[in-house]
Amino acid sequence: MSTSTADPRQNSAGPPRRPIRLSWSDERLRGIVWQLLVVGVVLAIAWWLWSNTVHNLEVRRIATGFGFLDREAGLPIGEALIPYEPTDTYFRALLVGVLNTLKVAVVGVVLATILGTLVGIARLSHNWLLSKIAGFYVELIRDLPLLLQLLFWYTILQSLPGPRQALNPVDGVFLSNRGLLLPFIEWMPAHNWALLALVAGFIGTLMTARALRARQYADGQPRKIWPAAVTLMAGLPLLVWAALGAPFTPDVPALRGFNFQGGLIMTPEYFALLLGLVTYTAGFIAEIVRAGILAVNQGQWEAAQALGLRRGDILKRIVLPQALRVIVPPMTSQYLNLTKNSSLAVAVGYQDIVSIANTTLNQTGQAIEGIAIIMLVYLTISLSISLFMNWYNARIALVER
Amino acid sequence: MKALRLALTGAIAGAAMLAGPAMAQAPGSPTLDAIRARGTLVCGVNTGLAGFAQPDSQGVWRGFDVDYCRAVAVALWNDASKVRYVPTTAQNRFTALQSGEVDMLARNTTWTLSRDTSLGFDFPAISFFDGQGFMVKASAGVRTARDLNGATICVQPGTTTEQNLTDWARSNRIRFTPVVIERVEEAVGAYVAGRCDAYTTDVSGLAATRSAQPRPAEHQILPDVISKEPLAPAVRHGDQRFADLVKWIHFGLVGAEELGITAANVQQAAQSDARPDVQRMLGRSGELGQMLGVDNAWMVNIIRTLGNYGEIFERNLAPIGLQRGPNALWTNGGLQYAPPLR
Ligand SMILES: N[C@@H](CCC(=O)N[C@@H](CS)C(=O)NCC(=O)O)C(=O)O
Repeated sequence: MSTSTADPRQNSAGPPRRPIRLSWSDERLRGIVWQLLVVGVVLAIAWWLWSNTVHNLEVRRIATGFGFLDREAGLPIGEALIPYEPTDTYFRALLVGVLNTLKVAVVGVVLATILGTLVGIARLSHNWLLSKIAGFYVELIRDLPLLLQLLFWYTILQSLPGPRQALNPVDGVFLSNRGLLLPFIEWMPAHNWALLALVAGFIGTLMTARALRARQYADGQPRKIWPAAVTLMAGLPLLVWAALGAPFTPDVPALRGFNFQGGLIMTPEYFALLLGLVTYTAGFIAEIVRAGILAVNQGQWEAAQALGLRRGDILKRIVLPQALRVIVPPMTSQYLNLTKNSSLAVAVGYQDIVSIANTTLNQTGQAIEGIAIIMLVYLTISLSISLFMNWYNARIALVER
Repeated sequence: MKALRLALTGAIAGAAMLAGPAMAQAPGSPTLDAIRARGTLVCGVNTGLAGFAQPDSQGVWRGFDVDYCRAVAVALWNDASKVRYVPTTAQNRFTALQSGEVDMLARNTTWTLSRDTSLGFDFPAISFFDGQGFMVKASAGVRTARDLNGATICVQPGTTTEQNLTDWARSNRIRFTPVVIERVEEAVGAYVAGRCDAYTTDVSGLAATRSAQPRPAEHQILPDVISKEPLAPAVRHGDQRFADLVKWIHFGLVGAEELGITAANVQQAAQSDARPDVQRMLGRSGELGQMLGVDNAWMVNIIRTLGNYGEIFERNLAPIGLQRGPNALWTNGGLQYAPPLR
C-alpha cells in the first residue's frame, strides 16, 4: 500500500475498489477479522473487569451507586463561592469543590500568563541585571518540586502575625495569619446587574474595536477606541447601578473575638496555592515565551528598526504577534498542568474538588464513584481549555500571510 | 505526591477489579492464607502519632497500635518482627484496607455503623475507649469549648472528628471557620503557627500531639469531650476467621491482665499456675489456639513479647500522659472486659 507513489492526479479518485473475497489471503478480509477480534477482546476484558468489580464490592458489602450524592454531607468547608452549610448534600459540597478548583485555576492561568510573559521578555532584555534575575528565577522555580514550594509559601504566610497584631497598612486592610482582609461593599442584586452590564460593555467594546479596525483598513485612518471603551465598560455599569438606587454600604473588616468579621478575605490556603501555582507555572511559561520570541526571524527586528520603531513597539506590534503562533500550543499544556497541579491543594488545606471528593469517598466508602467524579471534573475542565486554546490557535494562525 | 495519593485511592478500583471472585467466596480465611503465604503481616498504621504508632530513632515502629499488629504476628509465627507497616492518613486508610493493600488497620479508627456496613469492614474489639476534645494555646484564655465561638479550628479530613465538629457546632449554635489539612504534621503545624485557634481530634491524639511539642505546657486540652470514639482495629468484612483472631487477641490481652499474667511471670505461670482459666489461656489445657487457627502457645508468646493489656498501655500511653480512665479493667470501674476464654 505504501508503495503507491503514483501520479498525484490519480489521488482524488483513490485506488479502484474490488470486492472482498472470502479467503484468508484477502488482505482486507484479514484486516476486518483482526479488528473485530481486537475490539471483541477489549470488550470482553472490560465486561470481565466490570462484573468482577461489582461482584467483589457485593461480597465485601461495599455500597455502590451515586445515591450518596443527595445525602447530608456533614463535612466542614472553610471557603465556598456559593452558600454552604454542613447540612447540605454531598452534591453541593462537591460543587463547592469544583468552584474552588475553578477559582484557583482561572485566576492562576491569567496571572501565570502575565508573570510568565514578563519574565520571558525580561530574560531577553539588554539589561544585564534584569536578564540574569529572570534567568535565575526560571532555573530555581523549575528545579524545585511544586509541593515543596506550596508548603514553603504556606509556612511563610503562617508566620505572619496573629489577628490581634495584624498588619494594618491602610485603614480597613488587615494582613495576618488569618489572611488578607479588604474592605468591600455589602453585595446587593443591583451589583449583580451592574456586573452584567460590565460584561455586556466589554463585549460591546470588542465589537466596536472590530468595527473601527475594519474602517481603518478601509481608509487607513487610525481611530481611538478608548472613548467607546470608557463609555461602555465604566459608564454603562455605573448607569445601571445608579438606576437601581445606587446602593452602597461599605463592609469594613473588624476584629471581633477570635477573627475578623466582614470585608473580603483571601485565606492563606488559597493565597499559598495560588502563589505556588502561579510562580511555578510562570517559570515554564517564561521559557515558552522566550523561545517564541527567539523563533521570530532576526530580519523582522531589523526591518522594524529600519522603519524607526522603538524596541517596545517592535516587540508589541511585530514580534509578539508572530511569536504567538509558536507560543500558544505549548501554552495549552501549561494551562492544563496548572489546573491539574491545583489538586495538590489539600496539602495546604485548600478545599478543592480532590480534597472534597476524597473526604466524600472516605466517608461513604465509595472510592470508584469518587474517583470517577474527580476524573470527570478534570476531564471537563481540561477539554474546555484545550478546545478554547485550539480555537484561539486556529484564529491567530490565520493571521499568517 | 498527588500521583501517589490518587494511585492509592485508585488502588481500590484496581484491586476490586482484579481480585478473583473465587477467592472471596472460599471457606477458611483468604486474609490468613495470604498472610501466611507472604510470611509477613501488612498492617496499616497512622503516619506518626506518639504513643500509638511512630518509628523510633532506629526506624523501628513503636506504639499502642503497633503492638496490636505485632501481637497478630506473634500469634502466627511467634515473631513480632514479621510485620510490614504501611503509614496511612485518615483519608486514605479505608481505601488501603478495602483494596487489600493492608491486611488490617490498627490506626486509632473509630468504630461507626457506616464504616461497619457500607464501607465493608468489621471492628473485632474496642482497643481504646476515647472521645473527641480540643486543644488550645494556654495563653488564649479559653476555658471551655463553648468559648470557641467564632474561632478558627484545624481538623484532619476523612475523620469522625470533622463530622463531630460540625454536629457539635450545630447543636451548640457555635460558628467556626474550619481549616482542613490532610497530613497530621501540617494540620498541627498550622495550629501551632497560630493559623487556627484550636486543634481538634481524639483526646488520645491531642495528648500525643501535646507531648510531642517542644513546650507542652503552652498547650491546654479543654475538659469538654464532645463525642464517643471507640477506637478499634479494622479488618475486611466477610473474613470471619481473621476477625476472630484479632478479636480474641485483644480479649486475651485484657483477660491476662484480669488474671494477673504479665510478661515477667507468664513462663512461670504456664508451668505452675494451677488455676484452670490460666491453664486454658496459656495453652496447657484445651485447644483455644487451634480453634483460632494458631498455635496453642499463642497467648504465652504474645504476653512474653508484649505484656498484657495493662502493660501495653503503660509502656506506650503513660509516657504521653494518658490515664487508664475508661480503659481500666471493668473490675476497676473501667470498660475493658473480656468474655471468657474457654
Ligand atoms: N478516630 C477518628 C480520628 C482518627 C485520626 O485519624 N486521628 C488523627 C489525629 S490524632 C491521626 O491519627 N492522625 C495521624 C495521621 O494522620 O497519620 C477516626 O477514626 O476518624
